[in-house]
Amino acid sequence: MEIKDIIKPENLVYQKTKMMTDNTLSYCPGCGHGTTHRLVMEVVEELGIVEDTIGIAPVGCSVLAYEFMNVDMTQAAHGRAPAVATGIIRTWPDKIVFTYQGDGDLAAIGTSETIHACNRGENIVIIFVNNGIYGMTGGQMAPTTLPGMKSSTTPYGRDVALMGNPLKITELVAQLPGTYFVTRHAVHSPAHVRKTKKAIKKAFQNVIDKKGTQFIEVVSNCNSGWKMTPVKSNEWMVENMFPFYPLGDMKVDGKIVKDLH
Amino acid sequence: MGELKLMKGNEAVAEAMIREGVDGYFGYPITPQSEVIEYLTTEEPHKRTGMVVLQAESELAAINMLYGAAGTGKKVATSSSSPGISLKQEGISYIAGSELPCVIINVVRGGPGLGTIQPSQADYFQATKGGGHGDYHLYVLAPSSVQEMADFVEDAFEMAFKYRTPVMILSDGVIGQMMEKVELKPQKKRLTDAEVIKKYGSWATVGRVGGRERNIITSLDLDSHKMEAHNIHLQSKYEQMKKEDVRYEELQTEDAEYIIVAYGSSARISQKVIQLARKDGIKLGVLRPITLFPFPEKPIQELAKRVKGFLAVEMSAGQMVEDVKLAVNGKVKVEHYGRNGGIVPTPGEVYEALKQKIIGG
Ligand SMILES: Cc1ncc(C[n+]2csc(CCOP(=O)(O)OP(=O)(O)O)c2C)c(N)n1
Ligand code: SF4
Repeated sequence: MEIKDIIKPENLVYQKTKMMTDNTLSYCPGCGHGTTHRLVMEVVEELGIVEDTIGIAPVGCSVLAYEFMNVDMTQAAHGRAPAVATGIIRTWPDKIVFTYQGDGDLAAIGTSETIHACNRGENIVIIFVNNGIYGMTGGQMAPTTLPGMKSSTTPYGRDVALMGNPLKITELVAQLPGTYFVTRHAVHSPAHVRKTKKAIKKAFQNVIDKKGTQFIEVVSNCNSGWKMTPVKSNEWMVENMFPFYPLGDMKVDGKIVKDLH
Repeated sequence: MGELKLMKGNEAVAEAMIREGVDGYFGYPITPQSEVIEYLTTEEPHKRTGMVVLQAESELAAINMLYGAAGTGKKVATSSSSPGISLKQEGISYIAGSELPCVIINVVRGGPGLGTIQPSQADYFQATKGGGHGDYHLYVLAPSSVQEMADFVEDAFEMAFKYRTPVMILSDGVIGQMMEKVELKPQKKRLTDAEVIKKYGSWATVGRVGGRERNIITSLDLDSHKMEAHNIHLQSKYEQMKKEDVRYEELQTEDAEYIIVAYGSSARISQKVIQLARKDGIKLGVLRPITLFPFPEKPIQELAKRVKGFLAVEMSAGQMVEDVKLAVNGKVKVEHYGRNGGIVPTPGEVYEALKQKIIGG
């Protein structure tokens, strides 16, 4: 059988969503950003909300998210995406607004905007990609860098006595009255990809139903910043990131479902 | 005639925003302009017109809320005073870079640092020369009365949408706090969402309505040639402003031998100086820039051909005087007189300065 005999509509089991553009992704091969982009866009397509969806791109490796996500998008200053989203959802309360942010963007320079948007319960989806490092600028320490973890500004490992502790911002926002659905996932295996997509879909549905802030953390790898192969980085993530950032729901339907301490 | 009211400048600008049909105001309290957000939250414009008013967690958040909403074609404004405007500069640079219309009101107080809550005009450089990073300008209007605090709201939005650019109303603590009679314009209708989409849908991020291609609001371009072309485009807008939208007022300049250049509350004080000088037979006139950017260079150049000297009067250590000097270009004498730290000069001391620095000197 030749390849042209296989590529037929009746054999189609999976198709790239039209909500992703054909632009070549700027991410390193193996990076979790690309998968996460696709999941968000598949959800937008499946829910049929493209005419109402507005995304906010951050500053970080995903600064160019607007080149890949085929929806209307605004590129925000470093950390300010939740404020930008607030301005939009307040003046267009029936639109579907989401931010897509890295951990430096969301949990360091933008901590204030994150906490206050969540606390006000802005009706938005926040997609938070936590790779424990500043990918874009070359692998410096992030607020989420693990104790002992090496980065270009913690070359001997993060010394918490000197550099402070990693910030579990997701546990923090789960405790704010404005958040409705707070959950942590990963995209390194097909099973995890499916779970993450389910969570993203639920988050967007909640925003359609005007339930308040939906916060989805995706624990991800930064194979370049961590200086590992993609496969090794995923193994390292499972071994080191997951014990510190355990996967699962923290808050569902406005109720805390997990001991956050 | 419109409705007459006795109001503070800060209240007038707030009421004018509601009547202009503004869609959203995002602010953070700071003296001497907190009355703006207090007036708006008391008036509850969401009941009058559907206008959104939100107290943000910081000026950083407020300006970025403005950025988000402005990118959707909504008519939005913020206000603050000097330290808060400094904090907003990052966002203002993004707004200018991504070519979004909005209005920013600065009721200036004395600096640097936390400075004083008393009036000042020491934010002239910040307002007219860019303020944040990169090559850009704001269109800057300087009201000198409570009436103009109200009137300039409409003018500011007209320019903001004409040029798709952030516009600043540069006021000061005197104009913000003083009470005067003001004639208010009738209520304008806010645009409906459908009207906003129709008018601004070609660029605004409102969702891919009707399945159109996506719209993107960004100030980023990693291709240097494209970025340079974008910068050249921005500069061409500023050139167009200089050609089409310079505003100023001349008072008794026809026969003047000496000119005071002053804006905002300093222009009000300088009007009184005309009376003092003319009583003594000194032919003094005042040129009041209404737009600080674009600056009224041409009328100053014209006056420089026939007068003996200029005194720039401003509540700063000397900022606008640099633009006056550039316009006069060495033809006649240009001096500066100013007070700072929150001190408002009296007409008498300005007159003395004029005699010493220009007429006698
Ligand atoms: C105001 C400002 N400060 C610093 C930077 C430089 N900068 C760009 S991306 C980045 C870190 C992004 O890291 P993160 O949010 O974790 O995203 P990642 O690249 O890892 O996906 C920094 C510090 C900037 N662009 N703007
Ligand atoms: S630097 Fe890290 S986060 Fe950025 S694209 Fe590469 S792997 Fe992904």
